[in-house]
Amino acid sequence: MMRTVRLHEIANARTGDKGNRLNLALVCRNPADYPAVAAQVTAERVAQVFAARKPSRVVRYDLPKLAAFNFVLDDVLEGGVNASIGLDGHGKSLSFLVLDMPVLIAADVPRRARETETMGPGRSS
Amino acid sequence: MDALAAQSGPRFLMFETLAERTLALCQLERRQHPQRGYSPALERLLPPVLARCLSSGIRIVGNFGGANPPAAARRIAEMARSIGLRVPRIAIVEGDDIVTRLSAADLAAREIGGTSLAQRRKIISANIYLGAQPIVQALDQDADIVVTGRVADSALALGPLLHAFRWRADDWNRLAAGTLAGHLLECGAQVTGGYFADPGYKDVPDLADVGYPIAEIDQDGEIVITKPTGTGGVVDRLTVVEQLLYEIHDPSAYLAPDVILDLTDVEIAEIDKDRVRVCGARGKPAPETLKATVCFDSGLLGEAEISYAGPNAPARAQLAADVVRERLRKRVPRLEVRIDAIGVVSVLGAGRSPADFRQAQANDVRLRFAAQSTDAEQIEMLLDEVEALYCAGPAGGAGVRRRITPRVASASCLIERSYAQPRVTMVGVAV
Repeated sequence: MMRTVRLHEIANARTGDKGNRLNLALVCRNPADYPAVAAQVTAERVAQVFAARKPSRVVRYDLPKLAAFNFVLDDVLEGGVNASIGLDGHGKSLSFLVLDMPVLIAADVPRRARETETMGPGRSS
Repeated sequence: MDALAAQSGPRFLMFETLAERTLALCQLERRQHPQRGYSPALERLLPPVLARCLSSGIRIVGNFGGANPPAAARRIAEMARSIGLRVPRIAIVEGDDIVTRLSAADLAAREIGGTSLAQRRKIISANIYLGAQPIVQALDQDADIVVTGRVADSALALGPLLHAFRWRADDWNRLAAGTLAGHLLECGAQVTGGYFADPGYKDVPDLADVGYPIAEIDQDGEIVITKPTGTGGVVDRLTVVEQLLYEIHDPSAYLAPDVILDLTDVEIAEIDKDRVRVCGARGKPAPETLKATVCFDSGLLGEAEISYAGPNAPARAQLAADVVRERLRKRVPRLEVRIDAIGVVSVLGAGRSPADFRQAQANDVRLRFAAQSTDAEQIEMLLDEVEALYCAGPAGGAGVRRRITPRVASASCLIERSYAQPRVTMVGVAV
Protein backbone atom coordinates (compact mmCIF):
# COMPACT_ATOMS: atom_id res chain seq x y z
CA MET A 1 0.00 0.00 0.00
CA MET A 2 1.26 3.45 -0.86
CA ARG A 3 0.00 6.78 0.39
CA THR A 4 0.67 10.37 -0.51
CA VAL A 5 1.86 12.66 2.26
CA ARG A 6 3.41 16.07 2.44
CA LEU A 7 7.16 15.85 2.89
CA HIS A 8 6.56 17.66 6.19
CA GLU A 9 5.01 14.45 7.52
CA ILE A 10 8.18 12.41 7.14
CA ALA A 11 11.18 14.73 6.90
CA ASN A 12 12.90 17.65 8.59
CA ALA A 13 14.57 20.55 6.82
CA ARG A 14 16.84 23.45 7.70
CA THR A 15 18.25 26.05 5.37
CA GLY A 16 21.46 28.04 5.54
CA ASP A 17 22.74 30.90 3.41
CA LYS A 18 26.01 32.20 2.01
CA GLY A 19 25.54 35.26 -0.11
CA ASN A 20 22.97 34.50 -2.78
CA ARG A 21 23.30 30.74 -2.33
CA LEU A 22 20.97 28.64 -0.23
CA ASN A 23 21.61 25.22 1.19
CA LEU A 24 18.76 23.07 2.36
CA ALA A 25 19.34 20.00 4.49
CA LEU A 26 16.55 17.47 4.22
CA VAL A 27 16.59 14.70 6.83
CA CYS A 28 14.31 11.65 6.84
CA ARG A 29 12.79 11.20 10.28
CA ASN A 30 12.70 7.49 9.58
CA PRO A 31 15.71 6.22 7.61
CA ALA A 32 13.39 3.68 5.97
CA ASP A 33 11.86 6.54 3.97
CA TYR A 34 15.22 7.47 2.47
CA PRO A 35 14.86 5.52 -0.83
CA ALA A 36 11.40 6.96 -1.50
CA VAL A 37 12.58 10.49 -0.83
CA ALA A 38 15.70 9.91 -2.93
CA ALA A 39 13.60 8.77 -5.85
CA GLN A 40 11.09 11.60 -5.69
CA VAL A 41 12.66 14.70 -4.17
CA THR A 42 15.10 15.19 -6.99
CA ALA A 43 17.10 18.31 -7.78
CA GLU A 44 14.74 18.88 -10.71
CA ARG A 45 11.66 18.80 -8.51
CA VAL A 46 13.19 21.09 -5.95
CA ALA A 47 14.15 23.45 -8.78
CA GLN A 48 10.48 23.47 -9.81
CA VAL A 49 9.41 24.37 -6.28
CA PHE A 50 11.79 27.33 -6.45
CA ALA A 51 10.97 28.20 -10.06
CA ALA A 52 9.67 31.68 -9.19
CA ARG A 53 13.08 32.50 -7.72
CA LYS A 54 14.83 31.38 -10.89
CA PRO A 55 17.64 29.24 -9.49
CA SER A 56 20.66 29.24 -11.79
CA ARG A 57 21.72 25.80 -10.50
CA VAL A 58 20.35 23.17 -8.13
CA VAL A 59 22.54 20.31 -6.93
CA ARG A 60 21.56 17.50 -4.58
CA TYR A 61 24.21 15.77 -2.48
CA ASP A 62 23.19 12.42 -1.01
CA LEU A 63 24.18 11.37 2.50
CA PRO A 64 22.79 7.84 2.88
CA LYS A 65 24.59 7.22 6.18
CA LEU A 66 22.70 10.16 7.66
CA ALA A 67 19.42 9.45 5.83
CA ALA A 68 19.76 13.01 4.59
CA PHE A 69 20.24 15.14 1.48
CA ASN A 70 21.86 18.49 1.00
CA PHE A 71 20.46 20.71 -1.73
CA VAL A 72 22.44 23.72 -2.92
CA LEU A 73 20.49 26.34 -4.84
CA ASP A 74 22.29 29.22 -6.52
CA ASP A 75 20.88 32.73 -6.91
CA VAL A 76 17.58 32.22 -5.11
CA LEU A 77 17.90 34.76 -2.31
CA GLU A 78 17.23 38.01 -4.17
CA GLY A 79 20.86 38.93 -3.65
CA GLY A 80 21.15 37.47 -0.17
CA VAL A 81 20.75 38.91 3.28
CA ASN A 82 22.84 41.98 2.50
CA ALA A 83 21.07 42.92 -0.69
CA SER A 84 17.52 41.60 -0.54
CA ILE A 85 14.85 44.07 0.45
CA GLY A 86 12.52 41.22 1.34
CA LEU A 87 11.85 40.17 4.92
CA ASP A 88 13.75 36.89 4.75
CA GLY A 89 17.03 37.60 3.04
CA HIS A 90 18.56 34.55 4.73
CA GLY A 91 15.95 32.28 3.18
CA LYS A 92 15.37 30.73 6.59
CA SER A 93 11.68 30.15 5.91
CA LEU A 94 12.34 28.38 2.62
CA SER A 95 12.84 25.00 4.31
CA PHE A 96 9.08 24.90 4.72
CA LEU A 97 8.52 25.66 1.06
CA VAL A 98 10.16 22.33 0.24
CA LEU A 99 8.40 20.50 3.09
CA ASP A 100 5.10 21.33 1.39
CA MET A 101 5.93 18.94 -1.50
CA PRO A 102 3.77 15.81 -1.87
CA VAL A 103 5.57 12.44 -1.85
CA LEU A 104 4.36 8.90 -2.23
CA ILE A 105 5.53 6.55 0.54
CA ALA A 106 4.89 2.99 1.63
CA ALA A 107 2.08 2.95 4.16
CA ASP A 108 3.65 0.15 6.18
CA VAL A 109 7.09 1.64 6.84
CA PRO A 110 7.79 0.77 10.47
CA ARG A 111 7.95 3.83 12.73
CA ARG A 112 10.45 4.16 15.52
CA ALA A 113 9.36 4.76 19.09
CA ARG A 114 10.46 8.37 19.27
CA GLU A 115 8.67 9.09 16.08
CA THR A 116 5.48 7.67 17.43
CA GLU A 117 5.88 9.89 20.46
CA THR A 118 6.27 12.94 18.29
CA MET A 119 3.19 12.10 16.26
CA GLY A 120 0.68 14.72 17.14
CA PRO A 121 -2.80 15.72 16.06
CA GLY A 122 -1.40 17.41 12.96
CA ARG A 123 -0.27 14.12 11.45
CA SER A 124 -2.40 12.12 9.13
CA SER A 125 -1.67 8.42 9.01
CA MET B 1 28.86 26.21 33.73
CA ASP B 2 28.12 23.63 36.41
CA ALA B 3 28.13 20.86 33.84
CA LEU B 4 31.45 22.00 32.43
CA ALA B 5 32.99 22.52 35.86
CA ALA B 6 32.00 18.96 36.87
CA GLN B 7 33.94 17.41 33.97
CA SER B 8 37.52 16.26 34.24
CA GLY B 9 40.24 17.00 31.74
CA PRO B 10 40.90 20.27 29.95
CA ARG B 11 37.74 22.28 29.52
CA PHE B 12 37.05 25.25 27.32
CA LEU B 13 34.14 27.61 26.95
CA MET B 14 33.70 28.77 23.38
CA PHE B 15 31.95 31.96 22.31
CA GLU B 16 31.13 32.60 18.67
CA THR B 17 29.68 36.09 18.38
CA LEU B 18 30.51 37.43 14.93
CA ALA B 19 27.99 37.09 12.11
CA GLU B 20 29.18 38.15 8.67
CA ARG B 21 28.32 41.79 9.07
CA THR B 22 28.97 42.14 12.79
CA LEU B 23 32.62 42.91 12.10
CA ALA B 24 31.71 45.78 9.80
CA LEU B 25 29.50 47.24 12.51
CA CYS B 26 32.38 46.79 14.99
CA GLN B 27 34.72 48.57 12.58
CA LEU B 28 32.31 51.50 12.23
CA GLU B 29 32.02 51.73 16.00
CA ARG B 30 35.79 51.67 16.41
CA ARG B 31 36.12 54.65 14.07
CA GLN B 32 33.76 56.60 16.32
CA HIS B 33 35.14 55.33 19.63
CA PRO B 34 38.73 54.00 19.50
CA GLN B 35 38.22 52.12 22.79
CA ARG B 36 35.28 50.17 21.42
CA GLY B 37 34.63 48.08 18.33
CA TYR B 38 34.62 44.72 20.04
CA SER B 39 31.53 42.51 19.91
CA PRO B 40 28.75 44.04 22.00
CA ALA B 41 27.91 40.50 23.15
CA LEU B 42 31.01 40.63 25.38
CA GLU B 43 29.26 42.83 27.93
CA ARG B 44 26.41 40.37 28.23
CA LEU B 45 28.23 37.03 27.96
CA LEU B 46 31.32 37.33 30.10
CA PRO B 47 30.26 38.78 33.48
CA PRO B 48 28.10 35.76 34.42
CA VAL B 49 30.85 33.21 33.70
CA LEU B 50 34.12 34.95 34.42
CA ALA B 51 34.51 34.15 38.12
CA ARG B 52 33.51 30.52 37.70
CA CYS B 53 35.80 29.99 34.73
CA LEU B 54 38.81 31.42 36.50
CA SER B 55 38.19 29.46 39.70
CA SER B 56 37.48 26.16 37.90
CA GLY B 57 40.26 26.40 35.34
CA ILE B 58 37.85 26.58 32.42
CA ARG B 59 39.54 28.52 29.68
CA ILE B 60 37.59 30.87 27.45
CA VAL B 61 38.07 31.16 23.71
CA GLY B 62 35.94 33.72 21.89
CA ASN B 63 35.90 35.86 18.80
CA PHE B 64 34.34 38.73 20.71
CA GLY B 65 37.39 40.87 19.96
CA GLY B 66 35.60 41.94 16.79
CA ALA B 67 37.45 44.81 15.15
CA ASN B 68 39.37 45.65 18.32
CA PRO B 69 40.70 42.66 20.31
CA PRO B 70 43.04 44.82 22.47
CA ALA B 71 40.08 46.93 23.61
CA ALA B 72 38.11 43.77 24.36
CA ALA B 73 41.01 42.48 26.45
CA ARG B 74 41.16 45.73 28.41
CA ARG B 75 37.42 45.56 28.98
CA ILE B 76 37.68 41.97 30.25
CA ALA B 77 40.49 42.92 32.65
CA GLU B 78 38.30 45.76 33.90
CA MET B 79 35.35 43.39 34.39
CA ALA B 80 37.55 41.02 36.39
CA ARG B 81 38.81 43.84 38.61
CA SER B 82 35.33 45.23 39.17
CA ILE B 83 34.09 41.89 40.50
CA GLY B 84 37.16 41.45 42.66
CA LEU B 85 38.89 38.75 40.65
CA ARG B 86 42.55 38.37 39.86
CA VAL B 87 43.46 39.83 36.49
CA PRO B 88 43.30 36.89 34.10
CA ARG B 89 45.96 36.06 31.56
CA ILE B 90 44.43 37.28 28.35
CA ALA B 91 45.82 36.58 24.89
CA ILE B 92 44.74 38.57 21.89
CA VAL B 93 44.86 37.21 18.36
CA GLU B 94 45.16 39.80 15.61
CA GLY B 95 46.16 39.85 11.98
CA ASP B 96 42.83 39.01 10.40
CA ASP B 97 42.26 42.63 9.36
CA ILE B 98 43.58 43.07 5.81
CA VAL B 99 41.89 46.33 4.92
CA THR B 100 45.20 48.18 4.90
CA ARG B 101 47.09 45.34 3.24
CA LEU B 102 44.98 44.95 0.12
CA SER B 103 43.49 47.75 -1.95
CA ALA B 104 39.91 47.77 -3.14
CA ALA B 105 41.16 46.69 -6.57
CA ASP B 106 43.20 43.84 -5.06
CA LEU B 107 40.13 42.65 -3.20
CA ALA B 108 37.91 42.99 -6.26
CA ALA B 109 40.32 40.77 -8.20
CA ARG B 110 39.92 38.08 -5.54
CA GLU B 111 36.15 38.18 -5.14
CA ILE B 112 34.32 34.87 -5.50
CA GLY B 113 30.73 34.32 -6.53
CA GLY B 114 30.08 37.86 -7.71
CA THR B 115 31.48 41.14 -8.94
CA SER B 116 30.10 43.54 -6.36
CA LEU B 117 33.55 44.80 -5.32
CA ALA B 118 34.40 45.82 -8.87
CA GLN B 119 31.88 48.65 -8.62
CA ARG B 120 34.19 50.90 -6.57
CA ARG B 121 32.48 50.41 -3.25
CA LYS B 122 33.28 52.21 -0.04
CA ILE B 123 34.93 49.35 1.85
CA ILE B 124 34.32 49.28 5.59
CA SER B 125 36.13 46.12 6.61
CA ALA B 126 38.05 43.21 5.14
CA ASN B 127 38.95 40.27 7.36
CA ILE B 128 40.56 36.95 6.68
CA TYR B 129 39.20 33.91 8.50
CA LEU B 130 42.25 32.82 10.48
CA GLY B 131 42.73 29.20 11.49
CA ALA B 132 43.38 27.47 14.79
CA GLN B 133 47.16 27.95 15.07
CA PRO B 134 47.19 31.39 16.75
CA ILE B 135 44.67 30.09 19.29
CA VAL B 136 46.98 27.13 19.99
CA GLN B 137 49.89 29.51 20.53
CA ALA B 138 47.81 31.61 22.91
CA LEU B 139 46.77 28.56 24.94
CA ASP B 140 50.36 27.25 24.91
CA GLN B 141 51.28 30.51 26.65
CA ASP B 142 48.81 29.68 29.42
CA ALA B 143 46.14 32.17 28.47
CA ASP B 144 43.04 31.96 30.62
CA ILE B 145 41.12 33.82 27.95
CA VAL B 146 41.80 34.02 24.23
CA VAL B 147 40.26 36.99 22.46
CA THR B 148 40.22 36.87 18.69
CA GLY B 149 38.81 38.92 15.87
CA ARG B 150 37.77 37.02 12.77
CA VAL B 151 38.76 33.36 12.87
CA ALA B 152 36.90 30.44 11.33
CA ASP B 153 34.11 29.63 13.77
CA SER B 154 35.27 26.03 13.91
CA ALA B 155 38.81 27.16 14.85
CA LEU B 156 37.42 28.23 18.22
CA ALA B 157 37.06 24.50 18.98
CA LEU B 158 39.93 23.15 16.92
CA GLY B 159 42.45 25.47 18.64
CA PRO B 160 41.78 24.09 22.13
CA LEU B 161 41.85 20.50 20.78
CA LEU B 162 45.20 20.98 19.06
CA HIS B 163 46.55 22.51 22.25
CA ALA B 164 45.21 19.75 24.49
CA PHE B 165 45.94 16.71 22.31
CA ARG B 166 49.00 17.90 20.39
CA TRP B 167 47.52 16.67 17.12
CA ARG B 168 49.91 17.17 14.22
CA ALA B 169 49.06 19.96 11.79
CA ASP B 170 48.79 17.36 9.01
CA ASP B 171 46.77 14.79 10.95
CA TRP B 172 43.93 15.56 8.57
CA ASN B 173 41.30 13.19 9.97
CA ARG B 174 41.71 14.49 13.51
CA LEU B 175 41.75 18.09 12.29
CA ALA B 176 38.55 17.27 10.42
CA ALA B 177 37.00 15.87 13.61
CA GLY B 178 37.96 19.01 15.55
CA THR B 179 36.56 21.20 12.80
CA LEU B 180 33.36 19.19 12.79
CA ALA B 181 33.05 19.59 16.57
CA GLY B 182 33.43 23.35 16.13
CA HIS B 183 30.87 23.40 13.35
CA LEU B 184 28.36 21.52 15.51
CA LEU B 185 28.90 23.95 18.40
CA GLU B 186 29.16 27.24 16.56
CA CYS B 187 25.45 28.02 16.52
CA GLY B 188 24.91 27.17 20.18
CA ALA B 189 21.44 25.78 20.80
CA GLN B 190 20.92 24.98 17.12
CA VAL B 191 22.27 21.51 17.89
CA THR B 192 20.37 20.99 21.15
CA GLY B 193 16.82 21.52 19.91
CA GLY B 194 16.93 25.24 19.15
CA TYR B 195 15.62 26.22 15.73
CA PHE B 196 14.18 22.72 15.49
CA ALA B 197 10.74 22.57 17.11
CA ASP B 198 7.65 22.05 15.01
CA PRO B 199 4.79 21.20 17.38
CA GLY B 200 3.21 17.83 16.78
CA TYR B 201 6.02 16.84 14.40
CA LYS B 202 9.27 17.73 16.14
CA ASP B 203 8.51 18.43 19.76
CA VAL B 204 11.23 19.87 21.96
CA PRO B 205 10.81 19.68 25.73
CA ASP B 206 11.15 22.95 27.63
CA LEU B 207 12.44 25.00 24.71
CA ALA B 208 12.29 28.12 26.85
CA ASP B 209 15.14 26.77 28.96
CA VAL B 210 17.08 25.17 26.12
CA GLY B 211 20.54 24.00 27.15
CA TYR B 212 23.67 24.98 25.28
CA PRO B 213 25.74 22.19 23.80
CA ILE B 214 28.75 20.48 25.27
CA ALA B 215 31.10 18.52 23.04
CA GLU B 216 33.22 15.82 24.67
CA ILE B 217 36.08 14.96 22.36
CA ASP B 218 38.70 12.29 22.85
CA GLN B 219 42.29 11.95 21.68
CA ASP B 220 41.17 10.15 18.52
CA GLY B 221 38.63 12.76 17.56
CA GLU B 222 35.50 10.91 18.56
CA ILE B 223 32.85 13.46 19.46
CA VAL B 224 29.92 13.17 21.84
CA ILE B 225 27.42 16.02 21.68
CA THR B 226 25.36 16.51 24.80
CA LYS B 227 23.89 19.24 26.98
CA PRO B 228 23.72 19.95 30.71
CA THR B 229 21.32 17.76 32.71
CA GLY B 230 18.21 19.56 33.82
CA THR B 231 18.12 21.93 30.86
CA GLY B 232 15.49 21.99 28.14
CA GLY B 233 15.96 20.96 24.56
CA VAL B 234 16.96 17.66 23.02
CA VAL B 235 20.07 16.13 21.47
CA ASP B 236 19.34 13.30 19.10
CA ARG B 237 20.18 12.10 15.60
CA LEU B 238 17.81 14.59 14.02
CA THR B 239 18.99 17.72 15.86
CA VAL B 240 22.60 16.80 15.17
CA VAL B 241 22.13 16.06 11.46
CA GLU B 242 20.28 19.33 10.89
CA GLN B 243 23.17 21.28 12.38
CA LEU B 244 25.79 19.06 10.73
CA LEU B 245 24.57 20.17 7.30
CA TYR B 246 23.84 23.77 8.26
CA GLU B 247 25.46 26.16 5.77
CA ILE B 248 27.29 23.29 4.09
CA HIS B 249 27.59 23.17 0.33
CA ASP B 250 29.50 20.15 -1.01
CA PRO B 251 29.49 17.76 1.99
CA SER B 252 32.68 16.12 0.74
CA ALA B 253 34.59 19.41 0.80
CA TYR B 254 33.79 21.89 3.55
CA LEU B 255 36.66 24.34 3.37
CA ALA B 256 38.16 25.48 6.67
CA PRO B 257 41.49 27.27 7.12
CA ASP B 258 43.23 24.21 8.63
CA VAL B 259 41.67 21.31 6.73
CA ILE B 260 39.09 20.35 4.14
CA LEU B 261 36.35 18.46 5.95
CA ASP B 262 34.61 15.53 4.27
CA LEU B 263 31.29 14.68 5.93
CA THR B 264 30.20 11.90 3.61
CA ASP B 265 31.23 9.06 5.92
CA VAL B 266 30.12 10.64 9.16
CA GLU B 267 28.01 8.36 11.33
CA ILE B 268 25.74 9.40 14.10
CA ALA B 269 24.56 7.21 16.97
CA GLU B 270 22.26 7.96 19.88
CA ILE B 271 24.20 6.39 22.75
CA ASP B 272 22.07 7.63 25.63
CA LYS B 273 19.40 10.21 26.37
CA ASP B 274 20.65 13.51 24.97
CA ARG B 275 23.99 11.98 24.05
CA VAL B 276 24.93 11.56 20.41
CA ARG B 277 28.18 10.13 19.15
CA VAL B 278 29.58 11.57 15.93
CA CYS B 279 32.47 9.89 14.16
CA GLY B 280 33.84 9.28 10.71
CA ALA B 281 34.88 12.80 9.72
CA ARG B 282 37.64 12.67 7.16
CA GLY B 283 40.11 15.39 6.30
CA LYS B 284 42.03 16.48 3.25
CA PRO B 285 44.97 18.91 3.16
CA ALA B 286 44.12 22.51 3.95
CA PRO B 287 43.13 24.76 1.05
CA GLU B 288 45.76 26.99 -0.59
CA THR B 289 43.80 30.15 0.04
CA LEU B 290 41.87 31.62 2.93
CA LYS B 291 38.43 33.12 2.82
CA ALA B 292 37.89 36.76 3.64
CA THR B 293 34.72 38.73 4.13
CA VAL B 294 34.71 42.26 2.78
CA CYS B 295 31.98 44.60 3.94
CA PHE B 296 31.03 47.77 2.14
CA ASP B 297 28.52 50.55 2.44
CA SER B 298 25.41 49.89 0.39
CA GLY B 299 23.10 52.78 1.11
CA LEU B 300 19.89 52.81 3.06
CA LEU B 301 17.02 50.38 3.48
CA GLY B 302 13.70 52.11 3.96
CA GLU B 303 10.72 50.17 5.28
CA ALA B 304 7.20 51.28 6.15
CA GLU B 305 4.19 49.23 7.21
CA ILE B 306 0.46 49.80 7.52
CA SER B 307 -2.42 47.48 8.52
CA TYR B 308 -5.84 46.87 7.01
CA ALA B 309 -8.28 44.69 8.95
CA GLY B 310 -11.87 43.47 8.89
CA PRO B 311 -14.28 43.13 5.96
CA ASN B 312 -12.71 43.58 2.54
CA ALA B 313 -9.23 44.09 4.08
CA PRO B 314 -7.32 42.45 1.18
CA ALA B 315 -8.99 44.72 -1.38
CA ARG B 316 -8.20 47.83 0.64
CA ALA B 317 -4.61 46.66 1.06
CA GLN B 318 -4.35 46.10 -2.68
CA LEU B 319 -5.69 49.59 -3.34
CA ALA B 320 -3.20 51.09 -0.90
CA ALA B 321 -0.35 49.27 -2.67
CA ASP B 322 -1.55 50.50 -6.08
CA VAL B 323 -1.94 54.08 -4.86
CA VAL B 324 1.57 54.23 -3.39
CA ARG B 325 3.07 52.74 -6.55
CA GLU B 326 1.23 55.24 -8.72
CA ARG B 327 2.27 58.23 -6.62
CA LEU B 328 5.89 57.11 -6.48
CA ARG B 329 6.00 56.45 -10.20
CA LYS B 330 5.54 60.17 -10.70
CA ARG B 331 7.88 61.37 -7.95
CA VAL B 332 10.75 58.83 -7.95
CA PRO B 333 10.34 56.75 -11.10
CA ARG B 334 13.62 54.90 -10.68
CA LEU B 335 13.07 53.70 -7.11
CA GLU B 336 12.33 49.98 -7.05
CA VAL B 337 9.74 49.31 -4.36
CA ARG B 338 8.86 45.92 -2.97
CA ILE B 339 5.42 45.45 -1.46
CA ASP B 340 4.55 42.50 0.75
CA ALA B 341 1.24 41.68 2.40
CA ILE B 342 2.24 40.10 5.68
CA GLY B 343 -0.15 37.26 6.46
CA VAL B 344 -0.97 36.83 2.76
CA VAL B 345 2.27 36.74 0.85
CA SER B 346 5.60 37.95 2.21
CA VAL B 347 8.50 35.64 3.04
CA LEU B 348 7.63 32.84 0.65
CA GLY B 349 6.58 35.31 -2.07
CA ALA B 350 9.14 35.18 -4.78
CA GLY B 351 9.93 38.17 -6.92
CA ARG B 352 9.24 41.84 -6.55
CA SER B 353 6.45 41.77 -9.09
CA PRO B 354 3.24 43.25 -7.72
CA ALA B 355 1.19 40.38 -6.34
CA ASP B 356 -2.58 40.52 -6.27
CA PHE B 357 -3.65 40.42 -2.64
CA ARG B 358 -7.37 40.63 -3.36
CA GLN B 359 -7.90 36.89 -3.64
CA ALA B 360 -6.65 36.33 -0.09
CA GLN B 361 -9.01 35.13 2.62
CA ALA B 362 -7.22 37.18 5.26
CA ASN B 363 -9.01 39.79 7.33
CA ASP B 364 -5.91 41.20 9.04
CA VAL B 365 -3.35 42.29 6.49
CA ARG B 366 -0.17 44.22 7.15
CA LEU B 367 1.35 45.85 4.09
CA ARG B 368 5.08 46.32 4.02
CA PHE B 369 6.83 48.64 1.58
CA ALA B 370 10.61 48.44 1.16
CA ALA B 371 13.24 50.05 -1.02
CA GLN B 372 16.98 50.50 -1.00
CA SER B 373 18.87 53.54 -2.22
CA THR B 374 21.97 55.62 -1.60
CA ASP B 375 19.71 58.66 -1.88
CA ALA B 376 18.09 59.38 1.50
CA GLU B 377 15.60 61.73 -0.10
CA GLN B 378 14.14 58.96 -2.27
CA ILE B 379 13.74 56.72 0.73
CA GLU B 380 12.04 59.51 2.68
CA MET B 381 9.62 59.99 -0.20
CA LEU B 382 8.57 56.35 -0.04
CA LEU B 383 8.08 56.48 3.71
CA ASP B 384 6.13 59.74 3.45
CA GLU B 385 3.82 58.25 0.85
CA VAL B 386 3.05 55.31 3.11
CA GLU B 387 2.33 57.67 5.98
CA ALA B 388 0.12 59.73 3.67
CA LEU B 389 -2.15 56.68 3.38
CA TYR B 390 -3.56 57.78 6.75
CA CYS B 391 -5.29 60.76 5.14
CA ALA B 392 -5.22 60.04 1.45
CA GLY B 393 -5.39 56.25 1.13
CA PRO B 394 -8.15 53.62 1.47
CA ALA B 395 -10.37 53.45 4.55
CA GLY B 396 -9.15 52.05 7.83
CA GLY B 397 -5.39 52.11 7.28
CA ALA B 398 -3.73 51.78 10.69
CA GLY B 399 -0.50 51.54 12.62
CA VAL B 400 2.08 53.05 10.29
CA ARG B 401 5.65 52.30 11.33
CA ARG B 402 8.63 53.55 9.38
CA ARG B 403 12.31 52.80 9.64
CA ILE B 404 15.51 53.65 7.83
CA THR B 405 18.48 51.31 8.32
CA PRO B 406 21.98 51.97 6.97
CA ARG B 407 22.99 48.93 4.99
CA VAL B 408 26.24 47.06 5.01
CA ALA B 409 26.71 44.52 2.26
CA SER B 410 29.40 41.90 2.08
CA ALA B 411 31.35 39.94 -0.47
CA SER B 412 33.65 36.95 -0.13
CA CYS B 413 37.22 36.76 -1.43
CA LEU B 414 39.85 34.07 -1.57
CA ILE B 415 43.16 35.43 -0.34
CA GLU B 416 46.67 33.99 -0.53
CA ARG B 417 47.85 32.75 2.85
CA SER B 418 50.79 35.17 2.89
CA TYR B 419 48.41 38.06 3.61
CA ALA B 420 47.28 36.46 6.86
CA GLN B 421 49.74 37.49 9.52
CA PRO B 422 48.40 36.19 12.81
CA ARG B 423 49.90 37.78 15.90
CA VAL B 424 49.42 36.61 19.46
CA THR B 425 49.98 39.06 22.30
CA MET B 426 49.64 38.39 26.00
CA VAL B 427 48.08 41.14 28.06
CA GLY B 428 47.22 41.47 31.72
CA VAL B 429 50.47 39.75 32.65
CA ALA B 430 52.77 41.44 35.14
CA VAL B 431 56.19 41.73 33.53
